[in-house]
Amino acid sequence: MNYGYPIRNKGLQKKIKPGETVIHVLLFLAGFISIFTTIGIVFVLGKDAWLFFRLPEVNLWDFLTGTSWQPHINKFGILPLFTSTLLTTAIAMTIAIPLGLAAAIYLSEYASQKARKIIKPTLELLAGIPTIVYGYFALTMVTPLLRSIFGANIVEIYNTGSAGLVMGILILPLVASICEDSLSAVPRTLRDAAYGLGATKLEVAIKIVLPAALSGISAAIILGITRAIGETMIVAVAAGAGPNLTLNPFKGAETMTGHIVRISGGDLSYDSIDYNSIFAIGLFLFLITLVLNIISQRIVRKYREVYE
Amino acid sequence: MIVKRMRETSDFSNNLSLRQRSGKYWRIAFLAATIIGILALSALIINIVDSVLGYVIVDSKINPATLAVNGIELEEQSSEQWIQLLKDNLSSGALKKLEEERPLLERSRKDLYFLIETRVLRYEVLETWSLYDSLFRKAEIVNEYLSIKKDYPGAQLQFKSWINGDLVVRSQSSEASTAGIRTAVLGSLWTILFTILFAFPLGVGAAIYLEEYARDNWLNRLIQTNINNLAGVPSIIYGILGLAIFVRALEPLTSGALFGFVDPTTANGRTVISAGLTLGLLVLPLIIINAQEAIRAVPQSLRKASYGLGATKWQTIWAHVLPNALPGILTGTILAISRAIGETAPLVVVGASTAITFDPSTPFSKFTTLPIQIYQWTSRPQSEWRHLAAATIIFLLVLLLCLNAAAILLRNRFEKKY
Repeated sequence: MNYGYPIRNKGLQKKIKPGETVIHVLLFLAGFISIFTTIGIVFVLGKDAWLFFRLPEVNLWDFLTGTSWQPHINKFGILPLFTSTLLTTAIAMTIAIPLGLAAAIYLSEYASQKARKIIKPTLELLAGIPTIVYGYFALTMVTPLLRSIFGANIVEIYNTGSAGLVMGILILPLVASICEDSLSAVPRTLRDAAYGLGATKLEVAIKIVLPAALSGISAAIILGITRAIGETMIVAVAAGAGPNLTLNPFKGAETMTGHIVRISGGDLSYDSIDYNSIFAIGLFLFLITLVLNIISQRIVRKYREVYE
Repeated sequence: MIVKRMRETSDFSNNLSLRQRSGKYWRIAFLAATIIGILALSALIINIVDSVLGYVIVDSKINPATLAVNGIELEEQSSEQWIQLLKDNLSSGALKKLEEERPLLERSRKDLYFLIETRVLRYEVLETWSLYDSLFRKAEIVNEYLSIKKDYPGAQLQFKSWINGDLVVRSQSSEASTAGIRTAVLGSLWTILFTILFAFPLGVGAAIYLEEYARDNWLNRLIQTNINNLAGVPSIIYGILGLAIFVRALEPLTSGALFGFVDPTTANGRTVISAGLTLGLLVLPLIIINAQEAIRAVPQSLRKASYGLGATKWQTIWAHVLPNALPGILTGTILAISRAIGETAPLVVVGASTAITFDPSTPFSKFTTLPIQIYQWTSRPQSEWRHLAAATIIFLLVLLLCLNAAAILLRNRFEKKY
């Protein structure tokens, strides 16, 4: 029945509203900026790294396997920088994984609701402190402490050990917080079933809850590693300047990020080999973190236990 | 009967007490781990407070007591007397430079006194102590002071709080006792202003697109995955990106040369606006992810009701979805901003200036920020700069704490339950 009115449009939906379309396009562009950022990162790092590797002084093989990084005599081997990045990351994770996981288990399985409400935000507060403050802490407190314990002639003023330890403290709350989230997400029924079979609290936590939350925990650990590899200010302040191929945590050694910061700290000229080299290191760093990111997403997708 | 027999089986009962005992030990271990985390936070705070207060020995090139005129102390003299004092003690070149910056007669008393302190009296910090030493090793400090006094008769022992009102008011200086963080505070504010202007509209726009418009196709999934990946990219990579794009490729724009702001020959792209945009790119994924969560929390029924009344999609979003999601969006944005305020590494790469004495006044000014200032002062070997860095850290932490508190208050005040 149409009461005699002429029907102009078959339905309101088909009507084109220019304003709405413009807004739709603008919002899409806002979303697309993130793709541009990634393309920008890959393009910028790739282009200048390409310029770097094309230089007659440099070749890719020496870059990946060379054991000394001394730009003034044209030696560009990333190993010393990479090794100290690995060393500080390893020290940091040795602290952050066990302590973070233990704190997460305590908060999710043992702590009272009240204690949890206080402790968790406190730990998260630790994660919100700028990393330069941790750098200050490493240099003015942890390094003197290490020097008084192990002897000032053994521990250098700038050393990877102190940087790694403090980085561990920085990453601890991050690991703890994400692990706690995934432990708490394990349904109550699983725990009750285990208690019903006579398991103790510890057995429930370790043998039932922990395996069920494993995907979240591995993701947290990988995220922590990514964070440690990319961490800059702590190592820039406390780990020392100058590449040094050593696994001794009491000696100073520059990491990849520390090197980028030191080189670009002055007024860097755009045509210098130093300028190009930070892009090559940056590309290397970016690829490592990208691979870790992808692995972590795979793990979460593949091993996530879904409970109804 | 069965229970009794089980109890008699020594295997079971031995095991049980063992199991319970190990449960008890592990519980203690878990608690210890949590406490260690909190102790680390306390150690960090204690370490900073320890450096912010304490005794210092300062010496001045001219003893202020000798500058009293007719029994009137230096601090109580008139501005004209101070200006005369400056004219007597400074070279004509230095005076001319000061007059060019701002005529002496137009300067405030505070400003003039600062000039007298830095140029005439020229305070110099000879020795510093931490709060712990100041409280418990007073005798040693006094001994040290007496021995220093032999070489520097004008030296004074003072109990100094490195964080004080003057810290925020004063600009950079080559002497720790008169250096301040005004330039850095202003630099941080300018930078963050551009970060917000850039990242907030774009971030919220992207979140609206992904939550309200995007269909589930490969392109939109790519955008979403990409945003999650970007959130995990180390901040220093953003610094390199900013250096290549904003500082170098867009140099005519970011140096202000295109707008005739500065002399094109000396301008470069290491400016406030480059830094702000770099930090904007850095926090963009955080803002998007937080805003998406806030928008997702708005119930579908609100949208349906709006459509039912004949509203278009944008009208629905603008009038219903956004107002309801706003507290969540703002909370997320504040947290992202506090992350940006504390960032150091990308700004070092983008090229924060090492020493600037003038305040940033346009988007094309050179800049330094609070974390950069902390970094530079921490890197200096002399202990007085470490104290100054600690004072700046306290200022920065209080600022961040206020921002976080604001975010929490906002969330609690406006959080709606559907």
